[in-house]
Amino acid sequence: MTDFPFLSILTVLPLVGALVVALIPRQRAELAKTIALVWSLVVLVLSIVMWIAFKVGGDRFQFRESYAWIPSWDARFTFAADGIALVMLMLIAILFPVVILASWHDVEKSNRSAPAYFALLLAFEFTMIGVFAAADIFLFYVFFEVMLIPMYFIIGSFGGQRRQYAAVKFFLYSLVGGLFMLAAVIGLWVVGGNTFDWAKLAEAAGSIDQNTARWLFLGFFVAFAIKAPFFPFHTWLPDAGGAAPAGAAALLVGIMDKVGTFGILRYCLSLFPEASRWFAPAALVLGVIGIIYAALLAVGQNDLKRLVSYTSIAHFGFIGIGIFAFTTQAGTGSVLYMVNHGLATGLLFIVVGMFVARRGSALVSDFGGAGKMVPVLAGVLFFAGLASLALPGTAPFISEFLVLIGTFTVHPAYAVVATTGIILAAAYVLWMVQRTTQGTLNPALAEVPEMKKDITLREKVVVAPLILLILLLGFYPKPVTDVINPAVQATMQDVGVQDPGPTSVVANERVAR
Amino acid sequence: MGDLKLPGIDYGALLPMLILFGAAAVGILIEVFTPRRSRHAIQLTVAFLAVTASFVAVIVQHSTRKITIGGAVAVDGPTVFLQGALLVLGAVSLMLIGERSIERGGPFVSQAAITVGSQKDVKQAGDQPGMTEVYPLTLFALGGMLLFVAANDLLTMFIALEVFSLPLYLLCALARRRRLLSQEAALKYFLLGSYASAFFLFGVALVYGFSGGISLSAVHDAVANPERSQVLLYAGLAMIAIGLLFKAALAPFHVWTPDVYQGAPTPITALMAACTKVAAFGALLRILYVAFDGVRWDFQPVLGAIAVLTMLVGAVLAVTQTDMKRLLAYSSVANAGYLLVGVLALNEEGLSSTMFYLVAYGFSVLAAFGIVTLVRDADGEATHLARWAGLGRKSPLFAATFTFILLAFAGIPLTSGFTAKFAVFGAAVTGGQTWLVVFGVITSMLLAFPYLRVVVLMWLSEPNESTPTVSIPGFLTSAALVIGVVATFALGVVPAPLIDLTRDAAQFVR
Repeated sequence: MTDFPFLSILTVLPLVGALVVALIPRQRAELAKTIALVWSLVVLVLSIVMWIAFKVGGDRFQFRESYAWIPSWDARFTFAADGIALVMLMLIAILFPVVILASWHDVEKSNRSAPAYFALLLAFEFTMIGVFAAADIFLFYVFFEVMLIPMYFIIGSFGGQRRQYAAVKFFLYSLVGGLFMLAAVIGLWVVGGNTFDWAKLAEAAGSIDQNTARWLFLGFFVAFAIKAPFFPFHTWLPDAGGAAPAGAAALLVGIMDKVGTFGILRYCLSLFPEASRWFAPAALVLGVIGIIYAALLAVGQNDLKRLVSYTSIAHFGFIGIGIFAFTTQAGTGSVLYMVNHGLATGLLFIVVGMFVARRGSALVSDFGGAGKMVPVLAGVLFFAGLASLALPGTAPFISEFLVLIGTFTVHPAYAVVATTGIILAAAYVLWMVQRTTQGTLNPALAEVPEMKKDITLREKVVVAPLILLILLLGFYPKPVTDVINPAVQATMQDVGVQDPGPTSVVANERVAR
Repeated sequence: MGDLKLPGIDYGALLPMLILFGAAAVGILIEVFTPRRSRHAIQLTVAFLAVTASFVAVIVQHSTRKITIGGAVAVDGPTVFLQGALLVLGAVSLMLIGERSIERGGPFVSQAAITVGSQKDVKQAGDQPGMTEVYPLTLFALGGMLLFVAANDLLTMFIALEVFSLPLYLLCALARRRRLLSQEAALKYFLLGSYASAFFLFGVALVYGFSGGISLSAVHDAVANPERSQVLLYAGLAMIAIGLLFKAALAPFHVWTPDVYQGAPTPITALMAACTKVAAFGALLRILYVAFDGVRWDFQPVLGAIAVLTMLVGAVLAVTQTDMKRLLAYSSVANAGYLLVGVLALNEEGLSSTMFYLVAYGFSVLAAFGIVTLVRDADGEATHLARWAGLGRKSPLFAATFTFILLAFAGIPLTSGFTAKFAVFGAAVTGGQTWLVVFGVITSMLLAFPYLRVVVLMWLSEPNESTPTVSIPGFLTSAALVIGVVATFALGVVPAPLIDLTRDAAQFVR
């Protein structure tokens, strides 16, 4: 079963779907939506089959396929997935059908074409699967850049206020990062022996001159830090997340931003181990600043979508320090965080989208006491908020906890400062929930007819799988961690750091005394 | 005086050029002997037949590697490849030049001597058929370019430079509409071009003084074992370079580009953007790689600075443009900078990647200008950027095509713009010119902005009353657009065949 070309088919499938949906005339909107949904469900089924076929404890990279592309550059269509890529692919496969269903009526309010929107969503899925499945750096770069185009048009054509500004800012920020990476990719190709194959480059990694490796690391890191985004490269995200349609925003922070952290794990750490260790303190500082700074800004937001975007930046700070702590615990926590954040923040964005669709505004001040009108929906928002602040029992708690204890064993100071981020998270989530759904009913809100309609069946179908997964992974994350752990261990081996035993912490403290 | 010995001439190797010059001469006779009504069809047919025959002749002798006609012409890998590229790009330009269905009478004036703004001028702009001398002129220009990339001595190169430049000066002046702008463009191009030619010729004289010969191999030998003052060498090289940099539109010798690109009839602009660039860089490659490679350490930093300046000037000024043709002109300047980065790798990859870039860029730019010819209102082409607002709603197909071409210019993957940039940057890093690549990457970021602005205008702005219509292209323009777009896509997705071709061709004979 593992000989089946899962990854190439998974990559190409949504592209074919996008073309099919794009060819449907705009009058047949329902048909286009149905095809898009069915298509994404087929991708989901195939992904589940692939998950089952993945041998836990087997080779680090599985389902490897390689086809010739540009022989004179040794660029090939090489696909391979390790545990980290596998869980991300699974997250993509789950989130897309959910988002497609959640976006069912999004286009109807504008005069834009519905088939175009759903075709763009499928095209975006194509680039997302491609970027996580690629094991050839040239191919990875191609997907890394091409993913901007569908998202650019989704934000620019179907977004809310200031969509043009947000779309252009998003595109330019990402393109700038991408071009830094292009320079690094070319440099890596030259010093790495004129090949783009990840496996060959990882072998040659040790022989790269130290100074060159640091520059190349920086080229990759800037691109990934912009994509993630880490402080101080984050300013595009609140604009993009605020302007994008809620479903697309869920994909933006839920999946696309993970390309940054995934890229750091796969490319920065494994290909430039020495440079990674050298830059780690700086990256940790950026992570910690991001946690605190973004959380403070989130507290002050009056726009729900921008608020969620800022919470996302804070969460990426956690993921960042988990990666650069270089312990298996923290690394596993980070990867698990990437999955859980996709579920929790994705859910939060989608629910916020449901509120915004009813009210016609994303401003917190336009709500107030909404729970009295739409009690169930308000309950879902509360749950999504709790998951987002990592309440024990929800999935994000486990990952956040793993990151913090993994970091504490080596960098107690950073871990302590990062922990204050949890308090701030409680502040921004609970205050947001209180201002929108609790308290006295905003009289203006009562006059909006759409607000009288509580959660619909379609919306229940949208949120149910995400809620279930968040609870399930909150109590029993083992299936996911089992897949992630070997891949993270292998990455830490590439970096060349050993997990400290419990004694070493004690020893360090003694020395400190 | 002994017997005068005639040099051996390999007519087979010269055949591509002979066909074009012959057909151009025939074209002049056609002007004299055929009635006005049928001239357009005959001239167009003759031009296409000539280009095709010439291309076949290039294909037939694709493996020829020799120097012939007394050392004046070198037929080697780069010559054959660049001649083939010139002919293919020239054929596509001819399609744009030959289009008559978008505008009555075609894009060219019927009698160039009519006073601008007079009654007669209004009448000719209305309905009179355009002049058909453009076809022989185009063939002469193409023939000259073919010779330019093959020239193996400095005088032949100078003659080829003039042969392809003079028809272009004329062609620039022949726009049917906005004739003052067109004539101004032609005059500017002519005056500055003459200056550049004079520089080139003076440089040739100095280099002759240094080396005692004009053939590139003689120069190469003299550079290796200098017997006379090096001042002659450096001054001569600098002046020759100025002549070539002018034709290639490299800063600070680029100032003519926006005016000429804007004023010239758009099909001629396309011809210049695609083919003149190939010819100019072909000659530059030959001069630097064959004749002066002995002093590479001296010219590399100077030309490197020029490349950086060109990329910066092109990118920064492109941001400020409000006219589509001027925007594309500055983008072409910036692209000349990227090409120079490839040239300065000064290794085999540099040669092959530059040739690849020339072909890739040529197809994209032809398609871009092809679309510019289609966006029109009652006064002809609507080139002001503001007029393009909302075009995506009015004609999604053309807006999508143009967007794709712009993404190619911006170097987004899956377009030829990306593979071409990758190729030249890779060659430059291999050749130790990492600093040029850094500047190349930075300017690519700047340059993305104007392209993106056009995309935003077309798709994200609402159409208004002044949004022009997109004309239904005739068969020829459609064919040119399809070729340009398909090539841009194909070279972005499966560039391997052309890369292999350029690699096989990347060897000069000396």
